Amino acid sequence: MALVSTTATTATTDAVRRRLEGRRLDLGGTLFKALLLGALLLSILILVVLVFDVVAGAWGVLTTRLGSFLSGTLQSRPEVAGISQGLRGSAYIAVFVVVLAFPIGIAAGIYLEEYAPRSRFTRFVDVNIRNLAGVPSVVYGILGLAIFVGALATLPDWLGGGPLTGGRTVMSAGITLAILVLPIVIITSAEAIRAVPDSIREAGFGVGATRWEVVRSHVLPYAVPGILTGTILSLARALGEAAPLILVGAVTGRLASGGGGVFEALQERFTAMPIIITTWAGRPQSEFQQSLAPAAIVVLLVVVLLANAAAILLRDRYERRR
Amino acid sequence: MAESTRVDTPLTATDLRGDPRRQRRERVVRRAFLAAAAVSILISALIVLSLARETLTFVTQVDWSTVWSEGWFPRRGIYDVKTLFVGSLLVTAIAMAVAVPLGMGAAVYLAEYARPRVRRVLKPVLEVLAGIPSVVLGFFALVFISPEIIQRLNDDAQLFNLAAAGVGVGILTLPLVASVAEDSMRSVPGALREASYGMGARKITTSVRVVIPAAVSGLVAAFIIAVSRAIGETMVVFIAAGAGGGSLFTTDVFSPGLTMTAAMASQAAGTDAVKGAGLTFQSLFFVGSLLFLITFSLNLFADRFVRRVRQRY
Repeated sequence: MALVSTTATTATTDAVRRRLEGRRLDLGGTLFKALLLGALLLSILILVVLVFDVVAGAWGVLTTRLGSFLSGTLQSRPEVAGISQGLRGSAYIAVFVVVLAFPIGIAAGIYLEEYAPRSRFTRFVDVNIRNLAGVPSVVYGILGLAIFVGALATLPDWLGGGPLTGGRTVMSAGITLAILVLPIVIITSAEAIRAVPDSIREAGFGVGATRWEVVRSHVLPYAVPGILTGTILSLARALGEAAPLILVGAVTGRLASGGGGVFEALQERFTAMPIIITTWAGRPQSEFQQSLAPAAIVVLLVVVLLANAAAILLRDRYERRR
Repeated sequence: MAESTRVDTPLTATDLRGDPRRQRRERVVRRAFLAAAAVSILISALIVLSLARETLTFVTQVDWSTVWSEGWFPRRGIYDVKTLFVGSLLVTAIAMAVAVPLGMGAAVYLAEYARPRVRRVLKPVLEVLAGIPSVVLGFFALVFISPEIIQRLNDDAQLFNLAAAGVGVGILTLPLVASVAEDSMRSVPGALREASYGMGARKITTSVRVVIPAAVSGLVAAFIIAVSRAIGETMVVFIAAGAGGGSLFTTDVFSPGLTMTAAMASQAAGTDAVKGAGLTFQSLFFVGSLLFLITFSLNLFADRFVRRVRQRY
C-alpha cells in the first residue's frame, strides 16, 4: 500500500500510534481508584487505631497483674478489681448456646435443606428465620425478660427460681442468647448443606440408604467445615452481646464471690464480660475507664477475634478445596 | 458361587418396603428435624406475644398527652416517643454517612479493582472488623471518637454526644455494607464487563455505568439492611451518648441524647427490678414494639431486593 505517502497520512499514522501505544493519563479513572482504595484503607485504619488504643490503655494492667486481673472479683478499688465473675458468666452463656442453639439450629438447617417439601409452610419458615436474624438484639432481651425471667422465677430455689433472683439468673441469659443466635446457626448450616453436591446424595440413595442415613454418612461429613464456621461465628456473637443481658438483668455491683459449683452459679445473679466492660466504660476519668475497661476488652477481643479468625480461615480453606 | 444358599420365595411388597425398624427411625428423625425448624416459628410467636401484652396495657392506659410532650423521662411518667425517634434518626443518619461511602468504596475496590491476592488479604481484615462486639465500639466511641474527633471539630461538643455514637454505629455497620455490596457486585456476570471492555470502555466506565447499575438491587439491600442494623444497635449509643435517666427533646447531635434502643437499655440497667412507677415497665415494651415494627418492615423490604438480585443472575 506504499503507493502514496504524503506527509498528511504519516501524521495521522503517528497520531494513531501515539494513541495506541503512548502512555495516557486516565485522570478520572486513577482518581476513582485512589478514592476506592482510600475507603478500604481508611476502614482498615480504623481497626488498627481501635486495637492500638485499647491495647495501649490495657498495657499497664495486662503486664503488671494479668493473673490477679483474671482471677480477681469485681471491687470498688481499681488496683485489685478483676473479671473472674464475668469470665464465669460468659462461659456459662457459651455452654447454653452450645447445648441449645447448636443442635436445634443444625437440625433445623438439615430439615430445610434435606426434608422440607416445597410448600407454603416451608417458605413461611424460611422467611420467618430470615426475619428473626434481623430482629434487634435488645428485642430478644425483651423476650428474655417477659418469658424466661417470669418462667424461671417459678422454678424451685435450687434451680435459680425464687424471690432472691426473680429468675434473673445466668440460665435466663443463656437461653435468651441461644435464641438470639439460633437464626444465624440455621442460616449458615442450611447454606453449608446446600453446597453439598447432589451426586453425593445420589450415591447414597443408589445403594439403598434412607434419607437420614444419607444425611448422616454423606451430607453431614461433607458440610461439617461450613457448619462449624457458622457455629463458631454465632458463638462469638453471643459472647460479645450485651443489650439482651441488660434487659434480662445482668448486674455489675454486688455479686457473690463466685467460688461455688454449677448449682450455686445457677442460683445467683450473674454478670458477663460485655456487661463489665459497659459498666467500667461508663465511669469517666477513672482508673476503671482508662485501664481496666481496655484490659477487659483485650480479654474479650482475644476470645472473639480468635474465634472469628478461625472461622474465616476454615471457610477459606473449605472454599478453595471445592 | 454356583449354589445359592438363599431360599427362593416370591418377592412381596413387604420385602421391598424394607426393615420396619429402619423406617420407624426414619420417621422419628424426620419429626425431630421438623420440630427443630418449628422452634423458629415458636420464637417469633413468643416475641410478638411478649411485646403485645404489655404494649396493649401501655396503649390503653397511658395519658396520650405525655406521649407527645417535651422529653423521655419514663420514671416521671413522660414518654415522648418523638425524642427517641429523632434520636434514632440522627444516629442512623450519621452512621450511614460514615458506613455507606466507606463500605461501598471498599466493596467496589474489592469486587472490581483488587487483584485476587490483595483481596485474599484485605477482605478477612474487613471481616475481623465485623466481629468486633458492639460494647467495644461503644467504648471506642466514648474514649477516642468523641474527644479526638468530634470535640476537635466542634468545641462546644460535650463528652457524651449523639455524633460520636453515630460514628461508632457507622463503623459497626461498615463491614456489613461492604460485604453485602461486594457480594452483589461479584454476582454480576463477567460477560457484562467483557462486553463493556470490548466496546472500548475504560475500567471506571465499566464499574460505574455497567457493574453498579447491574448490581443496584443488592446495593439498595445493603443500604436498607445497614439502616435496620443501625436503628437496632443498642450498646454503642448506650455507652457513648450517655443520657441515662432520660432526655429532653433535642436535635443537637453534639449533646447527649437517647435512641429507642438506648432508652430501653438504660431503663433496664441500674435498677434491680425494671418495674417503676406507673407505666414505666410497660413503656419499655411499647418502645420495643415500635422498634420491632420498624426493623421488621425494613428487613422484609431488603429481602425483596436481595431476592431480585438472585433471580436475575
